[in-house]
Amino acid sequence: MTAPGDKSGAVPLGKAPAGPRHTSTPAGAEDALRADNVVIRFGGLVAVNDVSFVIPKLSVVSLIGPNGAGKTTFFNILTGLYRPTSGRVTLDGRDVTGRPPHRIAEMGLARTFQNIRLFNLMTAEENVMVAMHSHLQAGIVGTIFGSPRKRREEREAREFAAELLDFVGIAKTRYEYARNLSYGDQRRLEVARALALRPSVLLLDEPTAGMNPQESGVFTDFVYRIRDQRDLSVLLIEHDMTVVMRVSERITVLDRGEVIAEGSPDDIRTNERVVEAYLGKAATDQARGGA
Amino acid sequence: MTALTSPVAKPPRSARTRQRRLSSQAVWSLSLVTLVIAAFIFYNQILPNLADSVAGPVSRWAPITAINECLIYVIMALGLNVVVGYAGLLDLGYVAFWAIGSYVGAYLMSDFIFQLKDGIHIGSSTTVRTLPGIHLSFWAVLAIGAAVCALFGILIGFPTLRLRGDYLAIVTLGFGEIIPQFFTNGDRIGGLNLTNGTRGITPVDPINTGYLSNILGLPRTVGLSPASLPYKFLFFSVLAAICVFVSLRIRGGRLGRSWLAIREDELAANMMGVPLVKAKLSAYAVGAIFGGLGGVAYAEHVGGALADSFKYSNSIFVLIMVVLGGMGNVWGVITGAFVLAWINNTGLQEFGNTFNGWFGTHVEIPSYNFLIFGTLLVLMMLFRREGLLPERRTQQILREPARTEMESVGSDVEAGQASEGDEEPEQSPEPARAAP
Repeated sequence: MTAPGDKSGAVPLGKAPAGPRHTSTPAGAEDALRADNVVIRFGGLVAVNDVSFVIPKLSVVSLIGPNGAGKTTFFNILTGLYRPTSGRVTLDGRDVTGRPPHRIAEMGLARTFQNIRLFNLMTAEENVMVAMHSHLQAGIVGTIFGSPRKRREEREAREFAAELLDFVGIAKTRYEYARNLSYGDQRRLEVARALALRPSVLLLDEPTAGMNPQESGVFTDFVYRIRDQRDLSVLLIEHDMTVVMRVSERITVLDRGEVIAEGSPDDIRTNERVVEAYLGKAATDQARGGA
Repeated sequence: MTALTSPVAKPPRSARTRQRRLSSQAVWSLSLVTLVIAAFIFYNQILPNLADSVAGPVSRWAPITAINECLIYVIMALGLNVVVGYAGLLDLGYVAFWAIGSYVGAYLMSDFIFQLKDGIHIGSSTTVRTLPGIHLSFWAVLAIGAAVCALFGILIGFPTLRLRGDYLAIVTLGFGEIIPQFFTNGDRIGGLNLTNGTRGITPVDPINTGYLSNILGLPRTVGLSPASLPYKFLFFSVLAAICVFVSLRIRGGRLGRSWLAIREDELAANMMGVPLVKAKLSAYAVGAIFGGLGGVAYAEHVGGALADSFKYSNSIFVLIMVVLGGMGNVWGVITGAFVLAWINNTGLQEFGNTFNGWFGTHVEIPSYNFLIFGTLLVLMMLFRREGLLPERRTQQILREPARTEMESVGSDVEAGQASEGDEEPEQSPEPARAAP
């Protein structure tokens, strides 16, 4: 039942792989993910227009922009939900444009959802194990007859799930149904589930929505802990500017489907076009007049 | 039968629930095996020797043919449970697989294909080796029927992959009509008689017992004669047991998890690396395989393939069994199938006779069967929506409101407060409701 290919089947499930995950990565591909000149049209509407975007390896970058800027649409192109009208998306140097979502996920791109989308009537452990689907190999026959390989694989998968739940700090919810977890724990479970894909890039869609300032503060450390210990790059879509400024190494600003600014948090903070996009032109004039 | 007695190998879902799960499954399996053996001995050895005053009511209220039919329904319901209960794909045309299985059985175990003058005889129970037609061993036909149905399952599944909910139900409904219609009207297709139309294909060869007859002392052939019915009961039980075992095993593995994930949230499952096409098609295929096995068994049960027996109402009937028994729970589905099938084939008739005997009336109770099942369904939905023996998780969703749902009533903005409740591992809805 498993898709062909070596994937990461060789790496024991329970252990975080050391070093670069994809040994087949072409030399010179320093970017975990890049999008080149991506365009998507819905009818006559250009939702994302000629966006080029790079996530360097092991970085934390953010995508911001006012409502309707095309952030989520762009996210959906990256994860394979939409096929771009033109342009190219590469993950670890491999072209993933137009591939189905499950293939892209398997190749190392994981995401969480703006509105939590867990498998409600499955336990936390099962939720995480679902995401290991592409790394497990037991076929129907092996499952029915309980082959030793299948049993070992299941045991390892369960251990890895426990490890991930522990990593995000909800080890004790292992056998609880996802729907019974608190809001904050559900967000954590989504991260654990995404990590089960052993991604090289993790996309977090508004991860601090519904968190209070104190929790958002803790979140920053959490993001860095994920990056450092799980050895991956993080891309955030976020509305909370305090969080964005604190957590991001680089920020890309989208407005009306186009990139209007890109740079370090300090660059973005002072960028006129960004302030304009968020507050309107009057605000910049006012600011200038006042200064 | 060994299949049923070794639930130990089922991967434990969790260390904490392992003990309880295993013991409950072991208890279920062991008691069912005991029941089957006891029933077999009773029908085979004891019943024929009982006085008429005792044997009469037993063979009226629980004739062995009726029980055999119940077992076939159990197999069917288990198959539909894979598609509807596990993967959450509403299939209203399940009878199609039943029909295909039956006809495959009839083609391969009768003289219908008489153009083959000397016939093909491989391990069949036929004594005259020169009969025309194809005569294969029942056991081989089971495998072939299952394979053909799996193929049709995939074929039928493929165009419905992009459909959800109502649309999926309507398309499957169509297939459930097309296939029986083909068998009903297939006697003059391009001048060829492919299915013998409404007359159906009869008779089929009895079940051959092969080596088993030497080892276990079974009769050489098991057909329609009263004496062979208990043996048929035994075979159908084994078949049902295999279906139970497979259902449970797949549910506990990687594939079962991905089915459940699809049922819960298709898009999220896809984003987490579950290949939707493969997972859905395998659900259809496994469901169809069970249907095929049931179909071949049904051909043996009635001694042929009769186009009339594959009506739309049968699809619904099997679906009612799954829903009433408890969607997703194998034991519930078995119970639902057995009880409803029995009520339909025997219970109503006998109850009607008794009723009429008491009151001197002439009410044709069995003709009200769907009225009664409909009422039963309505009552169930009102008072016990989760089914007779619900799956643990179904019980959850119907009995307890989702926690976040409750909390969002209290506060949209301050959803972060929800995490304050972390210390309580089992949060009941009440404190959540009281939250600001």
